[in-house]
Amino acid sequence: MPDQLASPESLAGPTSVDAPLLELRGLGFQHKGHPWLLRNVELDVKSGDLVAVLAPNGRGKSTLLRCAAGLAKPTEGTVVRHSAFGYVPQAHQVVFAFSALDMVLMGRARHLGPLSAPRPVDHEVAARALARVGMSHLARRAYPSLSGGEQQLVLIARAIASQARLLILDEPASALDLSNQAMVLGMLADLAADGWAVLFSTHQPEHAQAIATRVALLYGPGDLRVGPTDELIDEASLSELYGIRLRRVSFNDDGAERDRIIPLYG
Amino acid sequence: MVALPLLVLVIAVVALGMGRLWIAPVKVVRILVDNVIGLGPDWSDTEANVVERLRAPRVVLSLLIGGGLACCGAVLQGVLRNPLVAPQIIGVSSGASFGGALAIAMGLGTALLVCGAFVFGLAALLLVFLMGRVDGRTPLLMLVLSGVVVAAFFSALVSGLTYVSDPQQRLPAIVFWLLGSLATASWDKVAIAVMPIGAGVAVMMALRWRINVLSLGDEDAQALGVRVELLRWTLLVATTVVVAGAVAVTGVIGWVGLVVAHLGRMLVGPDHRVLVPVSFLIGAGYLTAMDTVARTVIASEIPIGILTALVGGPAFFALLRRTRGRGWVDA
Repeated sequence: MPDQLASPESLAGPTSVDAPLLELRGLGFQHKGHPWLLRNVELDVKSGDLVAVLAPNGRGKSTLLRCAAGLAKPTEGTVVRHSAFGYVPQAHQVVFAFSALDMVLMGRARHLGPLSAPRPVDHEVAARALARVGMSHLARRAYPSLSGGEQQLVLIARAIASQARLLILDEPASALDLSNQAMVLGMLADLAADGWAVLFSTHQPEHAQAIATRVALLYGPGDLRVGPTDELIDEASLSELYGIRLRRVSFNDDGAERDRIIPLYG
Repeated sequence: MVALPLLVLVIAVVALGMGRLWIAPVKVVRILVDNVIGLGPDWSDTEANVVERLRAPRVVLSLLIGGGLACCGAVLQGVLRNPLVAPQIIGVSSGASFGGALAIAMGLGTALLVCGAFVFGLAALLLVFLMGRVDGRTPLLMLVLSGVVVAAFFSALVSGLTYVSDPQQRLPAIVFWLLGSLATASWDKVAIAVMPIGAGVAVMMALRWRINVLSLGDEDAQALGVRVELLRWTLLVATTVVVAGAVAVTGVIGWVGLVVAHLGRMLVGPDHRVLVPVSFLIGAGYLTAMDTVARTVIASEIPIGILTALVGGPAFFALLRRTRGRGWVDA
């Protein structure tokens, strides 16, 4: 995708291959008059990284992502983004039935002056972005009439159209059926392989195990443990995180030895 | 895309010919064209006078005000993400009507009436702004509810004004003005209306694609790089200027902004790039047609505000039933 379309101010500095696209440094957040929700958060997300954030409800997963996306102001610490970014919110309520292509086109907003409308080149970029997620055939369909997974792909395409290299997604695969989950997770893995930096939250350890290169487990304010997925995710760590019993299950996936952590309900 | 402007043009030409003195559309066109290229006149001076002096300012005014109010409706529904929103709901109409009614009650002239409507229309928006503000932002719910409160407040002031006004002279004038009418149209009024309406509509047209982004919700729009508060208030001020300008010259004409915006969405979908100009055209044609009916069906004139509500409401409802609210989610 031609880089000259990106506006210079959205790029905080030059990026080498290994430099992080997102840096959270000593990040802390508290709502006025409440205890700290997040404290001393240190997190880098590099090109090709796929970082999954796991934590029980209410512990600040969404806030962490919103701070990373500049939608919430950290109480302390800094957030540096070295790339344009795309944010895919958890709850997304559109009131107008825009077409899928029109939704993707809105990703161009940051590259257009306040008084200008999308130009032909923006339409091209949007069409290419939609093609990248394999949704060209649904370009004219109304966004709300798409399946949950297809909607997520449209929002990912919107981020691609904004020339982002960094993608922040709040529970992109929750509330989706299994095939839609597979569709979204597969696309995230695909983008990371293409050099995108992806930060997403999830409630399902198997999602992290399936695609994440690293996980960030949020045990409490000031206790964010970040590391490679294989090292960090096990029965003990998740049992501590969620307060339930879990078991590791190993299986053979067409010759490859894999394992998953599954919860024991009841 | 050509059909709609053409239809509006036809409505305008027919409207210019209709009235106590019927003038055929072809003749109307010839009278108008004669101003540019000289044609051998096959019309009487009276006919030329009726078209150019009496009816033309009124038709131009109805085009302008209908178009302007309809744009406001479309823009406000998008900005506030709410299908119930009409220019009345953010309190501006009520504020402006209080300003105008106050001028009439005090026996002030037209110039001050216009000023009063304008000043109080803007004051209403300022009140909404101050009341709806929380932590340096204006959440949509606060904004809409503040608008409802401000509208109710100014409506009460208008009622109070009618209650204390001299029932022989001032009261009828206030009531008649509040009903909305284009009967007093003149080229002077066109000149007064064209500035605010032109400016406001120009702003809405320039920002219309961004309304799409804004309508996704604050967070989403912000993450996409839009300065949400600035854009929202720019658009609210633009609509206020249009509504105040319209109320100042014709009084309150309801059921244009709400109805036409929905009609437009049924026709062309929710994309504001198309919807805003289409709403202008539909609104222009709609109000001109309504006003022509208002001044021709019976010997005396029907106040247009009554007609737009009486015809517009049910017609709108019938359409809504048929299309089930196309363009909106969850309909």
